Amino acid sequence: MTTDAPRPAGMETAASIRDDVRAGRRSAVDVCRSCLDRIAEGQDRWNAFTAVFRDEALAEAAEIDRRRDEWRGRPLLGVPIALKDVICTRGRPTTAASRILAGFRPPYDATVTVRLREAGAVLVGKTNCDEFAMGSSTEHSAYGPSRNPWDPRRTPGGSSGGAAAAVAAGLAPVAIGSDTGGSIRQPAAFCGVVGLKPTYGRVSRYGLLAFASSLDQIGPLTRTVGDAALVLEALAGHDPRDATSAPAPAAGYTAALTGEAAGLRVGVPRALLERADAGIDAEVLAACRNALDALQAAGAVLVDVDLPHAEYAVPVYYLVAPAEASSNLARYDGVRYGARAAADDGGEDGSSPLARMYDRTRDAGFGAEVKRRIMLGTYALSAGYHDAYYGRAQRVRGLIRRDYVRAFDAEAGPGVDVVAMPTTPAPAFRLGEHLQDPLAMYLGDVFTVSANLTGLPAVSVPAGLTAAGLPVGLQFVGRAFDEATLLRLAHAWERAAGVRCPPPNVPAGG
Amino acid sequence: MPDRLTRADVERIAALAHLDLTPEEVDLFTPQLADVLEYAQRLQAVDAGGAGGGWRPGASDCPRRPDSVRPSLDREATLANAPDGVAGGAPESGGFFRVPRVLG
Repeated sequence: MTTDAPRPAGMETAASIRDDVRAGRRSAVDVCRSCLDRIAEGQDRWNAFTAVFRDEALAEAAEIDRRRDEWRGRPLLGVPIALKDVICTRGRPTTAASRILAGFRPPYDATVTVRLREAGAVLVGKTNCDEFAMGSSTEHSAYGPSRNPWDPRRTPGGSSGGAAAAVAAGLAPVAIGSDTGGSIRQPAAFCGVVGLKPTYGRVSRYGLLAFASSLDQIGPLTRTVGDAALVLEALAGHDPRDATSAPAPAAGYTAALTGEAAGLRVGVPRALLERADAGIDAEVLAACRNALDALQAAGAVLVDVDLPHAEYAVPVYYLVAPAEASSNLARYDGVRYGARAAADDGGEDGSSPLARMYDRTRDAGFGAEVKRRIMLGTYALSAGYHDAYYGRAQRVRGLIRRDYVRAFDAEAGPGVDVVAMPTTPAPAFRLGEHLQDPLAMYLGDVFTVSANLTGLPAVSVPAGLTAAGLPVGLQFVGRAFDEATLLRLAHAWERAAGVRCPPPNVPAGG
Repeated sequence: MPDRLTRADVERIAALAHLDLTPEEVDLFTPQLADVLEYAQRLQAVDAGGAGGGWRPGASDCPRRPDSVRPSLDREATLANAPDGVAGGAPESGGFFRVPRVLG
């Protein structure tokens, strides 16, 4: 508990904390302690963290205070940041919220971990998530579900649910998530915070526990668009350790936030939004329409766009992502890391003790959702089914991408700067609501998976509340590697929207 | 359209995926996976004739790096995470992962 701070540091913006620490108005240790205290107080209520690095974080903060003059140029100086527990931290627990990685302490840091430290951030802990980032509710976690700060009976979303809950509840000003099919944007929408999935290749995936390698991307969850831009500047850039990381220049995201929407062309996929079977909640649609009207009033130009294959994004995603997952998760076999089931004398079918150990380790170590995805992917890639499922899904993926390329093209299409749509068809659902019906859970990803399938950057920003007081998320999808325009529009909307109310269940005091 | 997924299919896939599922898990997963695969059948209706081999990020470029010797992970640190890692220097005395018997 700090005595000199009117608000907990976790309720402030990263930019204001950085400015205060830089100017010596506040010590990094004070800021860090404020967050750590609030994380400890909130853990029973939100279950947002899987590990807290109290001593290490305070030591890092003390070093920042000692070297403040030398490090004053660092863009995140003294900013406490939480990492989703799929991002490697050297010598510190990294579990993917899975029993199979119990006790794993990576021998190396992820590139984003290194870059955040170099930017002056203090790593306060790891946030809860669906196991191996597979899920939309954080209910598929070996640590139990996180809870939504707007209504603790509801999910904060997933898979980066702990990250979103941590930011919404003011436990940390910034959390870093990963997004394979909406896992940053959907929880950001459910918790009323900003969530950015950069372009595929914009942020290095080195040290991210792989789920689906052609879809995974790391990005920030923050309270403001300005903070998302600030953190992206620290994370982005080429990394020789990730062969898919892009050499394209990465800078100028905060400078792009002019507050101006005038002249920006915003594509609206009306046919997709008006489909009777899309199942969009009327209040979600109304909130997004209001937001688009506000942007139009601010000078943005609304343009109809046609995304005829977007309706196929969910089935494509739930074949491509599990196929890649089944391959990536083959490495968890009880040999090199994590848990191992006891060996026996071999199976009745003549299988070896080694093979039995593999099979039993994996069955005991993985939860139900991870097993379902591994099974779906194995099936989609298996002999006789590969062309009908995986092959077909990849071809339709190409068509989804072509729709977007055309929408952004000023000669072949309407030439929009971004495409806007709700982040999710409905606000946060109740814990347990979709747990027995995986397909129903998957259908909620209808608006988020396209950005992963196409590699395009996308951001979810708060767009108001439903009558029941639940946040609604508005999503913008941008051109590849044009996060600057994407964030500029999101920021213009944020300015037009005005004051954001904090969650009613979150205690305001330190 | 292929037949609806059966228990036997699920058991076959589980063996391919190295998952020793319990009978209860097979009961649970069979209808759940069948529902998802049936839903995915709608992709068969898409005219994907002109889509070629589809799209994946980075497919168009093939980045290269210098083929030079660099340090890799420390052996002891890596073995420290193994359920049955045997630390040590020479191959005959340690520095490896121990596993159950390979022959049945």
